[in-house]
Amino acid sequence: MHNSDEVPNGTKPKKIFSRSNIIVYGTLLIISIYYLLPLWVMVMTSLKGMPEIRMGNIFSPPLEVTFEPWVKAWSYACTGINCDGLSRGFWNSVQILIPSLILSISVASVNGYALANWKFKGSEVFFTILIFGAFIPYQIMIYPIVILLREIGLMGSTAGLVLVHTIFGMPILTLLFRNHFAAIPEELFKAARVDGAGFWGIYFKVLLPMSIPIFVVAMILQVTGIWNDFLFGVIYTKPATYPMTVQLNNIVNSVQGVKEYNVNMAATLLTGLVPLAIYFVSGKLFVRGIAAGAVKG
Amino acid sequence: MSTKTPSVKVCDLDLQFGDIKVLQKLNLEIAQGEFLVLLGSSGCGKSTLLNCIAGLLDISAGQIFIGDKNVTWSEPSERGIGMVFQSYALYPQMTVEGNLSFGLKNARMPRDEIKSRVERAAKILQIEPLLNRKPGALSGGQRQRVAIGRALVRDVDVFLFDEPLSNLDAKLRVDLRVELKLLHQRLKNTMIYVTHDQIEAMTLADRIAIMKGGKIMQLGTPNEIYNHPKNLYVADFIGSPSMNFLNGELKDTKFTNGSLELPMGSYQFIKKTNLKNVTIGIRPEHIITGELSKKAPVITNVTINLVEPMGSDTLVYANLSDVQIRIRMEGNAKVKIGDRLEIGIDPSRASLFDTQTEQRI
Repeated sequence: MHNSDEVPNGTKPKKIFSRSNIIVYGTLLIISIYYLLPLWVMVMTSLKGMPEIRMGNIFSPPLEVTFEPWVKAWSYACTGINCDGLSRGFWNSVQILIPSLILSISVASVNGYALANWKFKGSEVFFTILIFGAFIPYQIMIYPIVILLREIGLMGSTAGLVLVHTIFGMPILTLLFRNHFAAIPEELFKAARVDGAGFWGIYFKVLLPMSIPIFVVAMILQVTGIWNDFLFGVIYTKPATYPMTVQLNNIVNSVQGVKEYNVNMAATLLTGLVPLAIYFVSGKLFVRGIAAGAVKG
Repeated sequence: MSTKTPSVKVCDLDLQFGDIKVLQKLNLEIAQGEFLVLLGSSGCGKSTLLNCIAGLLDISAGQIFIGDKNVTWSEPSERGIGMVFQSYALYPQMTVEGNLSFGLKNARMPRDEIKSRVERAAKILQIEPLLNRKPGALSGGQRQRVAIGRALVRDVDVFLFDEPLSNLDAKLRVDLRVELKLLHQRLKNTMIYVTHDQIEAMTLADRIAIMKGGKIMQLGTPNEIYNHPKNLYVADFIGSPSMNFLNGELKDTKFTNGSLELPMGSYQFIKKTNLKNVTIGIRPEHIITGELSKKAPVITNVTINLVEPMGSDTLVYANLSDVQIRIRMEGNAKVKIGDRLEIGIDPSRASLFDTQTEQRI
């Protein structure tokens, strides 16, 4: 295609198999295989029957595709004394997730907004204390919170867990929102004040509409964090209100009977589906939001 | 200025951020319909002063009056001001119409009143076809027009501009500058305009306040500022290329620097004195060259060091009494390095300063 005696003119021709390309794409390929292989094994195993699994070829696709393990995992796998599968845990998790999500994001965004735009005496100290909260290990706070929840009568209830998630999400979310609002040109805020908008007017009419991407980011953070939470779920709720992750653990780690690898795999995939879906749905919006969030340009 | 109540009055204004004094004992009166420009280099407190007048910064001491109302503690929206910012600060998610009407909606104005005001502003600024667009789809000049419109619809007496043209390219800046001046002539509002661009200041202002370190160095008409700078800072700041300064001695109304002698008889002294250390300032454009130099009160010869042709005029660098001076000649002046040049100086157009106090004498 490209002669060595050709006179340089116009676009410089690029070699496809250059050393840098091989290194870059080669590394990417190896890393993706490394990460995708477990997923492949899980999906394949979950679609096999037990006899086929016992044959041992964990990497091979199923000879006979069956969805039975998925159905069982969802609707009649046994966890402890209940045999209604993960479905109950799923709805429990939804009931925990939605209020925690709304509550933590609304409080944290107003927090961040106030700390960025309505600085008050001691606001920096307040912010520092709040951020410091992010560095305290959860283990230290587990028992005090047990006492706290017991005293206010929320121990073991979904509401109690929602409260815990809201509190623990506060430092990082406040930081996220504060930094976002602080990066918005101050003049916009000043213009809104001259236009007679107050604290809530500026928040709802000016800043909120232009901050959708950061809300999506916060949502992604919270959905994955809360949905994948195991520790708080197992401590602060009771079996009837266990979130999905706790139920999954009970299914997978049950010591009685045969280990049903296909059901375990299906249950694990089902549990991971919500964060996965969030990434797929919001990923595009997320990127587009950042690109469209140009304030000045 | 006038006997009427001033449009904006600032009394003994102090502003501190912690220990840093940004504004100190600042007094300023702006007459009804006046175009006042606050000019200064960055960090001189000019934008801060504007923000204080707007009510966007809480002041440490002093009072601010707008009209005959004491607005020292009022919210920005209650002060009867409109403000235009450097970055336009348009609400990105609203249409142009939404941007214009936002303030009016916040004031709970009736819908038809909002509509008629927006239409009027759009007509004045010729942005009617853009009303349904979002700021992202506008050019820089259009955005700045919308920003001005947002101040216009508020139907206020005082407009505040915070470097409104600084983000525009050079050509557009000149165009909008002219438009702003026309707008002022038409609306006759009081306007306070912050800029670091002295051309903008000179062309737009009725009066200019030159600021430095939180203080007003001189407040006067562009003509006064340019021809009778009150101190060395103002003299050096205003004018591009800047003024030439020579140090010397003043005795019996005669300035001497080595072999150079300038009789200052025709100079308007504030107070006639004899001083060991004085600085004389002569503008590059006040140094006379060519045929006319022969008629000048003082004539001397210099050798050209450097020539900078700028099209409309030519800037010549030469040594006078061991100081490099700049001389502005006409654009097609035929001069080259090493030429001897006869120059004439008119002492009545020069400025004399006490070198110690830096004040005009």
